[in-house]
Amino acid sequence: MSSQPAVEVQDLRKEFIRRDGGGGVRHRRRRKRVAALHDVTFSLTRGECVAILGQNGSGKSTLVRLLSTLLQHDGGSAHVFGNDVFRRPRAVQRLVNRVSVEASFFKRMSPAENLSYSARFYGMTPRQSREAIPRILERVGFPPERRGEPMEDLSRGMQQKIALARALLVAPVLLLLDEPTTGLDPRSKLEVQGFIRSIREQHDATILLCTHDMAEAEALADRIGILHEGALICLDTADTLKRAYGAETVEAAFLAATGRQFEDEKEDE
Amino acid sequence: MIRLDTVALRRELVGFAGIVERNTYLIRRFVWWEVAWFLYTVANTLTIVFIAKGAEAAGYKLDVNRETIVLLIGAVVWSYLGLLFEIVTETVAWERWEGTIEYTFMAPLSRPAHLLGMGAFAVVYGVLRTVLLFGVVSEFLDVTFVHADFGAAMVVLAASSFSFVGIGMMTAVLPLISPEKGTQLGFIAQGLLLVISGVYYPVSVLPQWMQWLSVASPATYTLEGARKAVLDGTGVAGLWGDIWPLLLIGVIAIPAGLAVFAQGERYAKRHGRLKRSG
Repeated sequence: MSSQPAVEVQDLRKEFIRRDGGGGVRHRRRRKRVAALHDVTFSLTRGECVAILGQNGSGKSTLVRLLSTLLQHDGGSAHVFGNDVFRRPRAVQRLVNRVSVEASFFKRMSPAENLSYSARFYGMTPRQSREAIPRILERVGFPPERRGEPMEDLSRGMQQKIALARALLVAPVLLLLDEPTTGLDPRSKLEVQGFIRSIREQHDATILLCTHDMAEAEALADRIGILHEGALICLDTADTLKRAYGAETVEAAFLAATGRQFEDEKEDE
Repeated sequence: MIRLDTVALRRELVGFAGIVERNTYLIRRFVWWEVAWFLYTVANTLTIVFIAKGAEAAGYKLDVNRETIVLLIGAVVWSYLGLLFEIVTETVAWERWEGTIEYTFMAPLSRPAHLLGMGAFAVVYGVLRTVLLFGVVSEFLDVTFVHADFGAAMVVLAASSFSFVGIGMMTAVLPLISPEKGTQLGFIAQGLLLVISGVYYPVSVLPQWMQWLSVASPATYTLEGARKAVLDGTGVAGLWGDIWPLLLIGVIAIPAGLAVFAQGERYAKRHGRLKRSG
């Protein structure tokens, strides 16, 4: 397992069917295929952290959802530790977990309840999770006295910590982080970033971080890729990217590579 | 190989238990909503069962005790089926709303374990609630269950659960395909199933084409079997004619439900529908 890439993506393509607005009774709404990802190729070595930068709608979430087995591809291939994501999804599911921009929990249930049932989906018995949950909550700095409170009473930062705890509870070897700090206050953001750093130091986890936070990408990742309109236009270290685009910052390199500002956002898929 | 299969089976059983555990937490967290919904169901059932007394008061000649029990069983089976469909279908819709659907569907839990877990919870909770509903509503009525064989009625309800869960799995896919109206389509399926099955009347009063359809409906045999058990005291042996069709439909409906759901899941994965909608 150690000699093969953690993630190997080759010419990966995903299209969605979009309906044109077409107002009026006499105008039928036309359908057209829109490429969310086209011919994306890259690989991650075991233990590496790679950040993918891109605006909303660039295809970051589509990439994460494809690797999470939540989408069927329209071409190319993707392997996680040698397992074909689309032909052997169950094998991939045992290796992967993710944290997305929305914490996504049953809001009335407590952190302990949410973690407990989801651990069961990964084969963790009640005895195993009873021991593991307090430990993981302590690691993410979650106050023990609030374990029984409904998720809806917790701040977004707290909820995102629980999301990280949920992902780590089942010890994934590939962690997919889809804008994990978007919308967090600066303090929570730093805490979550610090925790991601500690995961890298203490676990043998490979991380794919999709973000539009340039500083976060530079601080956490070994390499940075830029995804623009569904195409991965570059993937290298931050210094190499800056040199390649004659830029002083990653943000300037992004601008030079895409010709766009982050503010020029469009609807996500 | 055998060792591997044992590990895989154990993993599936643990995942199955996880689904039951999650739904138990949800019921506990929404306990007051469950109480309110139960009271509504009691009120709704009462509006139906008093029709027999109302008919007598209006001058119609009928066996009020018998007709009240006929209506009561129809209303209770409707409630049971409604709850079963609600738990199996709405859990998928609920997961879409909360966003947990992505985490559930990316987990290494097989879809049969997932759906059967929901079905098992729905049956256990549904049976408990149905027994309670029957008991509470009976307290409002001046009816006697002289010959009733409640044990046999429970056997009929248990036998019907396999086919109802199978059909529930088919309707559970609807929120994946249509996030906005999928759940309501599940309720439509429930209504259609009961209207052809003689929920408050004998199947013989239906138009001929509806009577043909009623042969394939598990609700037909559930209602007939439960009524024979409660009204006439027919035992399990005497109810075999209603039980075997239920088991047969169950044997077909569960694999069919899993296949329909798998097809729907493939569609959702191809079109990007397997994501939060809230």
